[in-house]
Amino acid sequence: MYRGREGMWSWVLHRVAGVGIFIFLVAHIVDTSFVGWSADLYNHTVALYRSSIGRIGEIILIGAVLLHAFNGLRIITIDFVPKATRIQRQLFYVVVIVFLAVFIPGAYYLARAMF
Amino acid sequence: MITDRSVPIVTHIKGAAMQVTLRIMRFDPEKDKKPVMKSYKAEVEPTDRVLDALNYVKWYEDGTLAYRRSCAHGICGSDAVIINGVNRLACKTLIQDVGKTITIEPLAGFKVLKDLIVDFEPFFEQYRSVLPYLINNDPKPIKERLQSPEDREKFDDTTKCILCASCTTSCPIYWANPDYVGPSAIVNAHRFIFDSRDQAAAERLDILNTRSGVWRCRTIFNCTEACPREIEVTRAIEDVKRAILYGES
Repeated sequence: MYRGREGMWSWVLHRVAGVGIFIFLVAHIVDTSFVGWSADLYNHTVALYRSSIGRIGEIILIGAVLLHAFNGLRIITIDFVPKATRIQRQLFYVVVIVFLAVFIPGAYYLARAMF
Repeated sequence: MITDRSVPIVTHIKGAAMQVTLRIMRFDPEKDKKPVMKSYKAEVEPTDRVLDALNYVKWYEDGTLAYRRSCAHGICGSDAVIINGVNRLACKTLIQDVGKTITIEPLAGFKVLKDLIVDFEPFFEQYRSVLPYLINNDPKPIKERLQSPEDREKFDDTTKCILCASCTTSCPIYWANPDYVGPSAIVNAHRFIFDSRDQAAAERLDILNTRSGVWRCRTIFNCTEACPREIEVTRAIEDVKRAILYGES
């Protein structure tokens, strides 16, 4: 496998997170549409989100959204600020630090609801 | 007796300073269905280049090994290969920088013709597609076309390209979509788009403002890391994107 550096891994993470969020959105549109068909079916689906596996999925979703959002800002910066290409690696580490600073408390808050 | 210490050490001879293992991806289109990795021992100096190790294998171990090399000094761009997972020129990579086990593979994204030799034709076709030459329809001046140092500086970085394809073949987007014009062609378009003496910038920007053009770039930076000439490839691509966006050159 090609040994790319921070730029390549940020792209891989960005793409995986983006595809994951898209799949969730499609599923979420489908499960929300259940409300128009059957209240029981809708309630059952919402209960699934409140199960332990659903909560873990929510934590992963929050992680994917945060990572995609913060790295998206990094990409926008690189696109519009000419000299940003020279600090793209440092910007990636800023993204990682900001991501962890927001994700860890958020994940803790969501995980607490499981117990 | 030679007392001059500036005389270079003769390398690629049996009994040199260290032994390295070369793992080389071999492919013979007449025999193999798919490439196979083969190991060879080579005796080299730590200050030799990977190209010297390849030469050792070809000259002393297996004469059927096929690879390109020409100037052997980092200018002709013939011997770009994947060395330990990254695109490098074999003639600019020292043995001491890559360790005792060296894995060498052909460039990714191109058709392998034999061993380390790949088909460059699609690459050169993409290069030609961006009109990589000066276009100026004004009457010829008596002397040279003058340019200020500031104007020259705008495209200085992209004049350094040697068309080795290290950038284009390090790009995951190019691996997935060979129609993408690729970093190298954009670098060579940049070289003329921002040249004050050239008059076809708009034409080149139109060529790059297409589905297979500059917008395929996802700012992965593998190209910048791979360039043996240290061209800021992604920066050049971003310059072109902004020139299209803002209508400037």
